[in-house]
Amino acid sequence: MKKDRKEQKGKVQKGITRRGFLTTVGVGAVGVAASSTLLGQKAKAEEVREAKELTKLTLVVNGRRRRVLAEPRWTLLYVLEGCGRGECGYCTVLIDDVPRYACMTLAVEAEGAKITTVEGLMKGEELGPVQDAFAEEDGFQCGFCTPGQIMAAEGLLRANPNPTSEEILEGMSGNICRCGSYPQIFKAVKRAAALK
Amino acid sequence: MASYYEEGVSLPKTPKPGEEPEPWPRKTRVVGTRMRRVDARERVSGEAVYYDDISLRGMLYGAILRCPHANAMVKNVDTSAAERMPGVHAVIHGGSPEAKQYTPIGTWADPTAKRELFPSHCRYHGEPVAAVAAETPYQAWDAVRAIKVDYDVLPFVVDEVEALKPGAPRVREKGNKRVTDKYERGDLDKGFREADVVLEENYRVECQFHDCPEPAGGVANWDGDSLTLWIGTQGVFHPSQAEISAGLGLPLSKCRIISKYSGGGFGGRTHVYLADFIAPLLAKKTGRPVKIATTREESYPDGGNAPPHNMKVKVGVKRDGTLTAYHYATINTGGAISSGGIFWYDRPYRDLYLCPNVLTEGTDVYVNGPPSWPMRAPCHPQAAWAMEQMMDTLAEAIGMDPVEMRLKNMPTYAQDIEGNPPYTTTGLRECIADGAKAFGWKEARRKAERTRKGEIRRGVGMSSGSFEMAFIWPPTTPILKLSRDGSVKLSIGEADMGTGTKTALSMVIAEELGIKPEFIHVEHADTGTTQVCQVSAGSRTIPTSTPAVREAAIKIKQQLLDMAAKDLKVDPSDLVVEGGQIVSTGGKKVKITDVSGLKDRMVIVGVAHAGANPPGKRVKPFCAHFCEVEVNMKTMEVKVLRYLAAHESGRVICKVGYEAQLAGGVTQGIGLGLSEARVFDRQTGKLLTTNMHDYKVPTIKDVPTGMEYLLIDKNDTFSSTGAKGVGEPPKVPPAAAVANAVYHATGIRFTKSPINPLQLGA
Repeated sequence: MKKDRKEQKGKVQKGITRRGFLTTVGVGAVGVAASSTLLGQKAKAEEVREAKELTKLTLVVNGRRRRVLAEPRWTLLYVLEGCGRGECGYCTVLIDDVPRYACMTLAVEAEGAKITTVEGLMKGEELGPVQDAFAEEDGFQCGFCTPGQIMAAEGLLRANPNPTSEEILEGMSGNICRCGSYPQIFKAVKRAAALK
Repeated sequence: MASYYEEGVSLPKTPKPGEEPEPWPRKTRVVGTRMRRVDARERVSGEAVYYDDISLRGMLYGAILRCPHANAMVKNVDTSAAERMPGVHAVIHGGSPEAKQYTPIGTWADPTAKRELFPSHCRYHGEPVAAVAAETPYQAWDAVRAIKVDYDVLPFVVDEVEALKPGAPRVREKGNKRVTDKYERGDLDKGFREADVVLEENYRVECQFHDCPEPAGGVANWDGDSLTLWIGTQGVFHPSQAEISAGLGLPLSKCRIISKYSGGGFGGRTHVYLADFIAPLLAKKTGRPVKIATTREESYPDGGNAPPHNMKVKVGVKRDGTLTAYHYATINTGGAISSGGIFWYDRPYRDLYLCPNVLTEGTDVYVNGPPSWPMRAPCHPQAAWAMEQMMDTLAEAIGMDPVEMRLKNMPTYAQDIEGNPPYTTTGLRECIADGAKAFGWKEARRKAERTRKGEIRRGVGMSSGSFEMAFIWPPTTPILKLSRDGSVKLSIGEADMGTGTKTALSMVIAEELGIKPEFIHVEHADTGTTQVCQVSAGSRTIPTSTPAVREAAIKIKQQLLDMAAKDLKVDPSDLVVEGGQIVSTGGKKVKITDVSGLKDRMVIVGVAHAGANPPGKRVKPFCAHFCEVEVNMKTMEVKVLRYLAAHESGRVICKVGYEAQLAGGVTQGIGLGLSEARVFDRQTGKLLTTNMHDYKVPTIKDVPTGMEYLLIDKNDTFSSTGAKGVGEPPKVPPAAAVANAVYHATGIRFTKSPINPLQLGA
């Protein structure tokens, strides 16, 4: 564990963009003792971990395997600002194509699953279709909630490529935009559905 | 190099040095078009850097302990257990030497009100008591919980009306009434005598939180005695650098503030957060960079609020719809410290409709609550809630259509300024009349009235608005640099909190120079690399910065023409800039990048300063909003089905930014009217609404996504761009417009906000 701590220190201190957020350990998250079945994968019963003990984890983020270290009590993506309690939707990511609040997800639940963040929608340096639709329809203002909005839209469209207006409203209703760009966000999701 | 410039386009005429530029033509090439934002990519790709995205080598994490009581003396702070905890590097509180390095600063509205950092007397739930720096955020929070504080808990008062009663607990030694402000014109009694109908009613609007998506916090890094602080703010110079340097005793030159992105603003970032001092103090003590990212819960006591209003309105009107007198009195609170509880409390009564006889009285009361900060048109939406509902009530009393009655009282000059200066343009009549027409007001009202007997009823309502500012508020000093390759860089201090500043300024430069916007870089909101300016508030940024940036671009063109004149051996007056080159009347031409003056110097610099508003005139924005609602008579659920916002804000520079401001203002206004309310626990004085479930801001399902925007352009030429601000005006009418529509649907006059089913049981 001592060695791990040292590694962690080095990693945590680097990088400055949200792009790299899951490459750092500060994001880890991890499970408690045992029994989460949220993603249909039972955590192994023998893996009872101390709350403050650093734990090795492998997360698959945007197609790349990330070995991370985290205290078991850390929630997934705690360095990504949000409410931390499943209210605002700013931290929405896809876990196996399903939009989830990262703040309400423990890493042990996400281990082995396919985690996709807004960075994972980029096609190299080009914007992905949902991102491009948000840019074109001006579906953002301050941009703070935008990664979560885009992932909610992406998840909606992966499950339902031709959503009705009602389905768009329902699919986007868990993501708050305090700047109030809802009309633009609505149009962006419509455009994204047409683009995809 | 031609590819940096639009080819074959003629550009606005370059005035001679010292001459004023002509206004742009009504139809412009770039300005006013629906151009994608220049920073769209950063904001949709995850590349945008908010303070919490910054990690520095060796960085520690800070956390703040907050007072759990509404009113308490801090008797003793025991940090010994916290200091021994793993990863903890520093604990500071009111008794620490570090805390003494902070000099209390005033509040945004009152320089004499001193904000203490870790006060020995905590006057509201959530006031900071101590802070920790540790290796990880979790360790910092653990340590915060391990700090033992002995409090002497005192009686409290959280209701501003209660606070005025005899025997109420004293929030401040001098008493709970801070001040009563008055404004008077004409003869009120005479006005009421002249009226055919006089009505009186009480209204209340609840306290609204800014609820910025990004909570307070920042990353502080010391380089010797120089501080660099990354935060989210509406002004890196004002308020942030000014107040932080004052609070920490730093020269301005050694206090660098950077805020390229800010998660929200809405007025809540026109003043510094206390975390802005705590992070630097912890960083100083530990010798390490420190990040503080406060929690959502902390953002409610810490992130500002718009004061609750308790209003009494008495209005007189003649049978023909002419207003004769307003008497408006309100009791508000800015919390436990003087912080603008009645700032601009009466502006719509002073100067929206013509009314010769007016008396307003605003009383600011101390309660054991967190300080209020300016929020998007301070006090205007609350005042409009009462006034605009009253207008409808009066219209009904005299049997007149609400739109018709408002049109009877149109001003063309400022009634509340000495000498009654005329408005540069007055679009209020067009906003109301053209807006009603575009909305289909009469037909919609008639149709809605046919639903009067059903369980689901429809109603149609409207409200007008104006705003105190939205004009030029200096200073700002843009510096524009034309590089030898023809690309252009703008350096300007203003914020872009998602308001579209960078896009609008790029459009102004593109309009004037003919350069394609993608070859312009805007460097902004960094005290280390840009020039001092006022805070991005009061809807000032666009009206102040666009003419200044236009002037800077013109100065570049003037220098280019002088230089090219030498190259082409003609008089500068024979030359024009067009499509990436300078062309003479005789047909000679030289590419911008081939001008020898530019090639020799490698840069041409244009510097300009913010101008002034036209003397003897009043610049003011106007608007009128129309909406249709559906009300379920069994549950009293209200759904806003349709919305139209008509605005006269001068020339629109950035179309998407303009529409975003309208959508945002309307959404926050609907929140004020239908769902948002601060709640204190009456037993303990604790704040109960500290999350987004208990404090309900609108979601995508709570607003009409097919919102319509009607642009009223009166060709205002008060500045060289003619752009007024539009950040705040759209927040003014929505709550009242919805309330009027709900009344139309139900016949129930909801005088208290928010309109919700709970009120029916009350």
